[in-house]
Amino acid sequence: MPLPIAPILGIFVDNVRKRGSVLPLSKRTATGWARGLDLPRGGETVLYTGNVYQMIPAIDAMSTQMAMLENSFLTRFFGIGRLVNKFVNMSFFMGLTASSEKLRHANRVLRDIVGLLRNAGVEFGYLYEDEFYAGALLYDDGLDEAFGEHARRVTAHLKKLGVRRLITVDPHTTQMFRQAYPRFVKDFDIEVQNYLEVLAQAHPRRAEPADGEVVVHDSCIYARYENICEQPRELLRAAGLSVREPELSGKSTHCCGGPLESLFPAEAHRISGIRVDLLEAEGKNVVTMCPFCWVNLSKAAGDRLVVNDIANVLAACGQRDHRAALKAHVAEDNLVRAHGVA
Amino acid sequence: MTRVSPELAARMKKAEGFDANACFHCGTCTALCPLGYKILPRKLFHDAMLGLEDRVRANIPQIFSCLLCRMCEANCPSGVHITDNIRSLRSLINRQVFGLK
Repeated sequence: MPLPIAPILGIFVDNVRKRGSVLPLSKRTATGWARGLDLPRGGETVLYTGNVYQMIPAIDAMSTQMAMLENSFLTRFFGIGRLVNKFVNMSFFMGLTASSEKLRHANRVLRDIVGLLRNAGVEFGYLYEDEFYAGALLYDDGLDEAFGEHARRVTAHLKKLGVRRLITVDPHTTQMFRQAYPRFVKDFDIEVQNYLEVLAQAHPRRAEPADGEVVVHDSCIYARYENICEQPRELLRAAGLSVREPELSGKSTHCCGGPLESLFPAEAHRISGIRVDLLEAEGKNVVTMCPFCWVNLSKAAGDRLVVNDIANVLAACGQRDHRAALKAHVAEDNLVRAHGVA
Repeated sequence: MTRVSPELAARMKKAEGFDANACFHCGTCTALCPLGYKILPRKLFHDAMLGLEDRVRANIPQIFSCLLCRMCEANCPSGVHITDNIRSLRSLINRQVFGLK
């Protein structure tokens, strides 16, 4: 039997209403990445992660478990699962099987984003445990009433904290605040910029002539919803890299399969496999800009490709030997220790 | 035999964010869909607008499979807001079929 849609969506709704997120995280998982960075708490301008990068290890674990359940008799018990989840946070147990390697990756991306913004002279704070998931999964799945309630709650919370400007770090949170919240929240007037736009506006210095090349994989949301196509290319070129375009890139980018992970994991894997083939035809070093793209393409590619988030690539280019730094990223060693993230 | 539900047709007319009237069935969207389902998205909208409830219900997995990647919408010659329409259909199913709010 395929995965049952209604109880899974029901769990998302219950979690957001009861626990503030589709996939509630511990305070340590949500804010641990900022340890030691001395980010001021709050302020008018804040870096807003929406806890999306931090969710990736749990989402990855969940999709692996869902893939095992898909087409099994256990799908009949999802209704009971929803009932239990009302009283016991089931995602806590999913979190137990989440990969610490992927959490380190997510933490590194966020820390590198902070480093890049600081190098560009941008000043901002962070809300720590006062930050909420923006609600993209509810919006995308047409759970409008629950999404509207959540969006109004998050907006009131941000206004109470005096936030006037958000610097978002992922495509989904960016789209929610820029396109979905104004439809559901009356007089939504918080300014929203994505960090790639902020960095590109800061006119990055052109580095030495390129000594490396990367294949760019655009996020569908950045490319076709938010018109963020040129900025990442500009930043990569300014960092001294040669940018290669796969078949279907920019405004015509091909989905990574990510949106299907929770309900149709086998289809998600099929779509990501198609994208990996297209990327591989252009080169081995792939750059992603979205945590879902990263996790899906990495999983589908295995050893065929080296997939890095753009923040890691740009930050590594600022180092003397960026090739070694990138290799270290993939091998899960030097940079983790250099930043002191557990 | 195909059963028509006038209620569904009326609800689709009123549904916020749903508008597929400009679609002239060129098939660009279906051809570009990464999923390759023939129902997505134009036939689906056609069924919903006509109130063909059984067909809409039978295609619930396809409706929730849409990636919302906008490959179709970006290339639609009539400028139909395809992803908003899919979201509208999902919202309707959540309320009317799944009882989710």
